[in-house]
Amino acid sequence: MRDFIETGRREAPRLTLSDLSVEIGGRVLLDRVEMAVPRQGITTILGPNGAGKSLLLRAIHGLIPHAGRIDWGQGAAPRQALVFQKPVLLRRSVAANMAFVLGRDHARSHALLAEMGLQDRADQPARRLSGGEQQRLALARALATDPELLLLDEPTASLDPASAAMIEAVLRRVAARGTTILMVTHDIAQARRIADHAMVMCRGRIAEAGAAMRILAAPATPVARDFLEGRLVP
Amino acid sequence: MNDMAEALRIAVTLVLSGDGDLWEIVLLSLRVSLSATALACLIGMPLGALLATQRFAGRGAAIVCINALMGLPPVVVGLMVYLALSRSGPLGTFGLLYTPAAMIIAQTILIAPIVAALSRQVLEALHLEYDEQFRSLGLGRVAAIRALLWDGRFALMTVGLAGFGRAIAEVGAVIVVGGNIDHLTRVMTTAIALETSKGDLALALALGLVLMVLALVVNAAVHGVRNSEGQLAHA
Repeated sequence: MRDFIETGRREAPRLTLSDLSVEIGGRVLLDRVEMAVPRQGITTILGPNGAGKSLLLRAIHGLIPHAGRIDWGQGAAPRQALVFQKPVLLRRSVAANMAFVLGRDHARSHALLAEMGLQDRADQPARRLSGGEQQRLALARALATDPELLLLDEPTASLDPASAAMIEAVLRRVAARGTTILMVTHDIAQARRIADHAMVMCRGRIAEAGAAMRILAAPATPVARDFLEGRLVP
Repeated sequence: MNDMAEALRIAVTLVLSGDGDLWEIVLLSLRVSLSATALACLIGMPLGALLATQRFAGRGAAIVCINALMGLPPVVVGLMVYLALSRSGPLGTFGLLYTPAAMIIAQTILIAPIVAALSRQVLEALHLEYDEQFRSLGLGRVAAIRALLWDGRFALMTVGLAGFGRAIAEVGAVIVVGGNIDHLTRVMTTAIALETSKGDLALALALGLVLMVLALVVNAAVHGVRNSEGQLAHA
């Protein structure tokens, strides 16, 4: 059964996965995943370690080969960007990291850095920034590609609450501008704060998907319930 | 012991007095070895980058070959280049034998595999780190390799230095293809060998001193550049 998220609207989803599977070294890590991601808002993917959440993002982004189908709805795949859990920054200054994507568009680079609170860091080596600043720079660089679909793999893991709050605020603004956000997180409180839609994954499958408020308040499946209530998921 | 001390005193005097013969040899050595290093970097670094980033049939064999070529015996390289450049050889018409150009060719062949093999190691580690990000950004193959070479530039500087060290200290290949001709192809290492065999330890020692100081200066310069750039700008 396809795990459609009830969006309350009659809008075509940004992407629909059909029978999406990933097998690595003889092990099935994503098992015939069926799901649809709404065009609007922030969708979070929750689930225990090893559920296949990050792998799902990579498969959607085309970084790993997969079986099954990804239907982008209207025509070709949208512009998309992926922010990794551990930001991969070039061994260059903050500004040069932005220029790597934007070229000589200094105005846009400055605007994005300002949005991330990094305007004073432009000349500093990117890899000398704090963890939170590095993640904000990775997010700024991803946004520089002007993505229609933004994929985030635990972008606030290991960040302090202030840095996490800053990134969440940016994500809300980006989503409000019409970018579809699909974000993996372990942080249930964070999902409550920013998610419009939620999915719970377990052992390479979607256990449950729907409106975030409903899923987080009253999960229907035992797997989702166990995960959200902090019990070991079988 | 006294002879040794006297030879050392004369050597220092030779260096400090700016002896024409000595500095001619030093400058030719630098010209030959720096040219060979530059050529080897032009060939070896892109080759190393290609081996680091691309997957193709026979890649493993190519890496083994390049690694094995790091240990090429200089005299064998000298002999191969000699045969190629000699009048009856395939490149004999160019008349390059016993010229600095022949020495540059021999040293390039000798150090290009070193530069390629070490570059591959440096860039492969960087590629593992950057690969998914580059693919995520939709970077093309050439742009990705260019970015890797730029971001790995300080480590690659050390690779170039290793190549230069091998070239400047090499004697077997340059003596075969250069002939150690006075005022034409005599470089520091071949001059040291000749002067030692003649018993003129002062000139040999002077050249040895210059060689060691040169190695020290080049190493210190690269170390300095790496440190300051790394700390000030690019971590």
